[in-house]
Amino acid sequence: MLTAPFEYRRAERVEDVIEWLSDETRETKILAGGHSLLPLMKLRLATPAILVDVSALRELQGVQEDGEVLRVGAFTRYVELARHSLINQKASLLSQAANVVGDLQVRNRGTIGGSLCHADPAADLPAAVLALEAQLVILGPNGTRRESAEAFFMAPFVTTLGRQEILAAIEIPLSTQNARSTYLKRPHPASGYPVIGVACLIDAIHNQTIGTARLAITGIASTAFRASAAEAQLVGGRLDAETIAKAASTAAINAPLDDDEHTEYKQQLVQVYVSRALQQVAAQED
Amino acid sequence: MGELQTTVTMTVNGERVTRTIESRVLLVHFLREELGLTGTHVGCDTSQCGACTVLLDGEAVKSCTVLAVQAMGKAVTTIEGLETDRLHPIQEGFWAKHGLQCGFCTPGAMMATTYLLSQNPNPTEEQIRVGLDGIVCRCTGYETIVRAVQHAAQLMNSSTQTERSTEVG
Ligand SMILES: Cc1cc2nc3c(=O)[nH]c(=O)nc-3n(C[C@H](O)[C@H](O)[C@H](O)COP(=O)(O)OP(=O)(O)OC[C@H]3O[C@@H](n4cnc5c(N)ncnc54)[C@H](O)[C@@H]3O)c2cc1C
Repeated sequence: MLTAPFEYRRAERVEDVIEWLSDETRETKILAGGHSLLPLMKLRLATPAILVDVSALRELQGVQEDGEVLRVGAFTRYVELARHSLINQKASLLSQAANVVGDLQVRNRGTIGGSLCHADPAADLPAAVLALEAQLVILGPNGTRRESAEAFFMAPFVTTLGRQEILAAIEIPLSTQNARSTYLKRPHPASGYPVIGVACLIDAIHNQTIGTARLAITGIASTAFRASAAEAQLVGGRLDAETIAKAASTAAINAPLDDDEHTEYKQQLVQVYVSRALQQVAAQED
Repeated sequence: MGELQTTVTMTVNGERVTRTIESRVLLVHFLREELGLTGTHVGCDTSQCGACTVLLDGEAVKSCTVLAVQAMGKAVTTIEGLETDRLHPIQEGFWAKHGLQCGFCTPGAMMATTYLLSQNPNPTEEQIRVGLDGIVCRCTGYETIVRAVQHAAQLMNSSTQTERSTEVG
């Protein structure tokens, strides 16, 4: 299957990309790993006139500690997220989520920036960046702006990204680097995308009192979301069977699910997967 | 029409090639139609089946979901690049353990195996199954493919590998 014809441009400078994206007569799209965009173009659901390859942009590369945050370049591929020692140590939740995206070949191409900007409600990484309370660093005609992951996702496939904006990096606070975390996914048997994915980050184990609890859920609602009521219930308690059961049913009751014939099933999935994710974290060794 | 074309240079199976192509040409079409390397198969053409798997700078990718222009300056290895005058141990593994029936997915399965064993020379059965998750085979039920990969790993890890290799032809 061929895509519609397009002009290919390999960007060397971010300024050029911002300028090219201003073209109102010819639709211009950023190409990262291409693992969402190219399938859409092959189906002619997307027919950009110009594709801008951002793989060579310095601003989108690299993983480093920068003051209070771990900065992950938008062009970092899943395979790198899964393996990078800094990410493993400081934001292991992101590595865990990246490691279960698609298959090995997909993980060798897809990027964190592409996943977040595509904003598929069934994507894995949104749950991880929500639970890590990441900030997105966005470049545009007016310079750099930062936005929380929570504010970034507006609707299925819709983000706050303006037409001339580029996601440059994801900044993850180091304040939760010592917390326990897990990403628990139930893959759809055919597509491999999550039917539900639960990202869970807790700063306590065993009998300790919980100070920070984060639960973010993807795949099941129109965007990934934080289970705030369940989080609030966990804080101050301990990760015992009773607390876990309560938090899981709170998450299920409060999940922003569409009201349709599947709602009950989805609530049950939320309840079971939040409960399992919390149990996994509780069982982690020191 | 000129701007819809791009000149690409890449190394394919050790040989440098340069072509001027339409930008929308997928890597798999470039390999098959421009270079005549028809060992790389197009199965589903929707990024699911993995029959088109090749190595791009040593990493397994689905060449139906990579533009040829994205391989600019990179090294591509296809199934044709695996064999020399003898069967590659991975080919020998698939041959010895019947890791194929119809053979359609086999080039992709072997390239994914090449990548898997380059990352992990001693994978467990579970790691093999996860590693080959991106390959769809409708014949074998994967059992014999797993055995083929295990056999290939053994061959590659044993020092007497060259003696045991089967001559081609
Ligand atoms: C077979 C298969 C299985 C998959 N399974 C899963 C799965 O299980 N879970 C999952 O989460 N995903 C899955 N995916 C999707 C995959 O993760 C994609 O890689 C990802 O959604 C997009 O990332 P990309 O780098 O490939 O982006 P592209 O496809 O290149 O781009 C996607 C969109 O984001 C825009 N964009 C990209 N980078 C930027 C940037 N820096 N700034 C602004 N805009 C940008 C592009 O213009 C485009 O609109 C699968 C894909 C395939 C083909």
